[in-house]
Amino acid sequence: MTTVSLTVNGKPVTANVDPRTLLVQFLRENLRLTGTHVGCDTSQCGACVVHLDGKAVKSCTTLAVAVDGSSVTTIEGLAAGDALHPMQEAFREHHGLQCGFCTPGMIMAAVDMVNRRGNLLDEKTIREDLDGNICRCTGYHNIVKAIAAGAEAMGRGGAPARQAAE
Amino acid sequence: MSATGIGAAVRRKEDHRFITGQGRYTDDVNRPGQAHAYFLRSPHAHAKIKSIDTKAAAGMPGVIGIFTGDDLATDKIGGLICGWMIHNKDGSPMRAGPHPALAQGKVRYVGDHVAVVVAETLAQAKDAAEAIAVDYEELPVVADTAKAAGAKTVIHDEAPDNTVFNWHLGDKDATEKAFKAAKHVTRLDLVNNRLVPNAMEPRAAVGDYDAGEGIFTLYTTSQNPHVARLVLSAFIGIAPENKLRVIAPDVGGGFGSKIFIYAEETVCVWAAKKVGRPVKWTADRTEAFLSDAHGRDHVTHAELATDAEGKILGMRVHTTANLGAYLSTFSSSVPTYLYAPLLSGQYDIPAIYCEVDAVYTNTAPVDAYRGAGRPEATFVVERLVEVTARQLGKDPAKFRMQNYIKKFPHQTPVIMMYDTGNYGASMKKALEMIDYKGLGKRKRDSGRAGKLRGIGFSSYIEACGIAPSAAVGSLGAGVGLWESAEVRVNPVGTVEVLTGSHSHGQGHETTFAQLVSDRLGIPIDNVSIVHGDTDKVQMGMGTYGSRSGAVGMSAIFKALDKVIAKGKKVAAHVLEADEADIDFADGHFAVKGTDRKLDFGSCALQAYVAHKFNGQELEPGLKEGAFYDPTNFTFPAGVHICEVEIDPATGVTTIERWAAVDDFGNVINPMIVEGQVHGGIAQGVGQALLEGARYNADGQLVTASFMDYCMPRADDLPSFEVGMTVTPCPSNPLGIKGCGEAGAIASPPAVINAITDALGHEDIAMPATPQAVWRAAQKSISRQAAE
Repeated sequence: MTTVSLTVNGKPVTANVDPRTLLVQFLRENLRLTGTHVGCDTSQCGACVVHLDGKAVKSCTTLAVAVDGSSVTTIEGLAAGDALHPMQEAFREHHGLQCGFCTPGMIMAAVDMVNRRGNLLDEKTIREDLDGNICRCTGYHNIVKAIAAGAEAMGRGGAPARQAAE
Repeated sequence: MSATGIGAAVRRKEDHRFITGQGRYTDDVNRPGQAHAYFLRSPHAHAKIKSIDTKAAAGMPGVIGIFTGDDLATDKIGGLICGWMIHNKDGSPMRAGPHPALAQGKVRYVGDHVAVVVAETLAQAKDAAEAIAVDYEELPVVADTAKAAGAKTVIHDEAPDNTVFNWHLGDKDATEKAFKAAKHVTRLDLVNNRLVPNAMEPRAAVGDYDAGEGIFTLYTTSQNPHVARLVLSAFIGIAPENKLRVIAPDVGGGFGSKIFIYAEETVCVWAAKKVGRPVKWTADRTEAFLSDAHGRDHVTHAELATDAEGKILGMRVHTTANLGAYLSTFSSSVPTYLYAPLLSGQYDIPAIYCEVDAVYTNTAPVDAYRGAGRPEATFVVERLVEVTARQLGKDPAKFRMQNYIKKFPHQTPVIMMYDTGNYGASMKKALEMIDYKGLGKRKRDSGRAGKLRGIGFSSYIEACGIAPSAAVGSLGAGVGLWESAEVRVNPVGTVEVLTGSHSHGQGHETTFAQLVSDRLGIPIDNVSIVHGDTDKVQMGMGTYGSRSGAVGMSAIFKALDKVIAKGKKVAAHVLEADEADIDFADGHFAVKGTDRKLDFGSCALQAYVAHKFNGQELEPGLKEGAFYDPTNFTFPAGVHICEVEIDPATGVTTIERWAAVDDFGNVINPMIVEGQVHGGIAQGVGQALLEGARYNADGQLVTASFMDYCMPRADDLPSFEVGMTVTPCPSNPLGIKGCGEAGAIASPPAVINAITDALGHEDIAMPATPQAVWRAAQKSISRQAAE
């Protein structure tokens, strides 16, 4: 067993884990943060995307011990209290989700996309940048709309694109 | 129309929990003392099991129990069932082999369940499974659909030629006559490629047993928890229904694959009692590829006869359908009653004859996948019609319109009585949306850029809300296909609706609440939709076949009728008026011609306090239930037009434009309906361009991960232009036809028709990958150069 210390959604956590524990297992099983999902075994689907020190990573292919000392933000930590993050609000407003399973990863990837590429995202950019996230329900049509709108809203909010928790 | 009523694009009530990470899927369920199950699966496609030695594994760290098929047999746990009996042409019943949840003596596909290890952790269960020694005697393998019938290898002794049934539908003699009278006959050989549904949430199960009460609880990724309970109880023998609770919490997509009752949930719930601990299993993605029921997999020869004017005279179809190694829950219905009755499409075809041979192969079971039989039928019809138009030198849109059914009701020669439709209106609207007139210029522009542009039409019809129950029973269904609803009005006028439908992405918590809000005149936030738990909802048939609107909401409609009728009785006492003089509108019971009225909430309170009426004459309370059995299928139909551009140098096909015009009857929430269309199109485009489950000759699934099986990504798809026409459905009170599968049904032939148009009519099979398109493009270019 190995000790892992992380800051998750702003709170410090420490646990003894089997060294082969993946970050997603640590989040889901040790911390019961079940909003982060596992949809594949091969790092293709992106349902497991979280932010590690402010950047999107696939938590299904990240060992918890490898990120000891890091700061992690999951979907549960994105909203500021009751106030939804603009990207969460945009997914709801534009019907960017159906079954909801890929949604946490989509939203975390979308916020990261804005952090990297700014607040004005055209359709082509969004579609190409989203190739690490698979949705089986929506045909992506409304996800693309949601991300464009969420990106703009993040800009309008005047807040820096990178969220405060990080 | 109110802001939250029928027809409004109400934002979804369920979204808040999903966008904040608070959804509760089966793998999110953790029970105290929970252990983990791992299934040892067959690495061979076909083998005898000579022995299974679990001794070494049983001593491994953390192992709680290891079970095989013998243990299930000892406990008299029955096999998995197929719930639809098909009869052969000669009237004899289909030939089905047994389907044990854990293999007994033989494995029949790669991924077949050999043993289960229950351990403290999943890692320990996996480690122990590796230590189980299975002595296999490998047998020859049949994996190819077209070669299964009559192969020397026999998969089930019950089906000595690997044929489950030889079935047919239609009038053979009349069809022969039509073909003899024909001026032109089009002949096509078609393969409907095998697909893996791949809902993003992998299947999962948590079995729990309360030893004090003797009650089993199963949390499972199901589209129909009541059907699961019925099968697990009455056929598999886990426990009587009153001792078995099935909960399908949030379910992350189904697309058919979560209708069925699988080995894993059967074993988990049984093993929970065996080990005295809750038992959890969650598929990893490769397990999902190996063991979820696959879809499609047809090999078809089809012919269309036309007269000198281009009028369709008849259709003849022969299909071999691969059902895999075992019959999954509804597998036999898919290539039969969900397929051949759709072969008339939107066309007036006097004579149709269809033969279907269903075969066993050493592959995963095949069952319903979004559309289920109807996409396969639509592919046959729309490829035949397109190729016929081209061979006759007719405009494909005009040829379709010439042959459309124009009068309703219309009796096809293959069972269906189409109730309403206006196919020409959808075609005209779609032609405008795609700017058909400008196509020539767009083709020339593409040509100048060294690209090939093509357009493809698909006039699809689907049959949803399969019913009435008596009719489907006569066709072999083991269940009725009604739906239930219970409307519980609370004393303050808030409402819980218990529905037998199940939502796994469709947004029922919103659309069903819209109906209630609209009819009772109460705020939508005062309505909660309860589903997915057999302890809460008494009985239901679940969600598949685009039935939840047409059937599930109709049941709610009927229960609401009863609530309003009861409310009128209560209001009559309170308002001291005759019941016949009470009207209900806009959330108020009012005495006709007066200003005396009672709002819905106050009426509910009066019903519960029961101060204003004699409880012997009128029962207190306000709660009503209904079962709704439709009078007919519903027939959504529409036209999808796909425009592609192909780069002949790379073979890459780009979908430039997509126009979809659908007639779903009345629409409750256009935002949600359009979302269903988008998702369906994406799955159909996936089938046409990207997806294909491939077994090699040894029966190994060589496309068993997202690295090998190409799922549609955002940059494979365009934004879609979606339009609607409306002819209300006459067979249910809401006029709904259903929208869940239309996109997946319509889109594959639209894509292939577009590609073959771009390629100068060079044929191409699905999936039309860049390599396949490149080869076809080179052939087309050299053929056209030679001409």
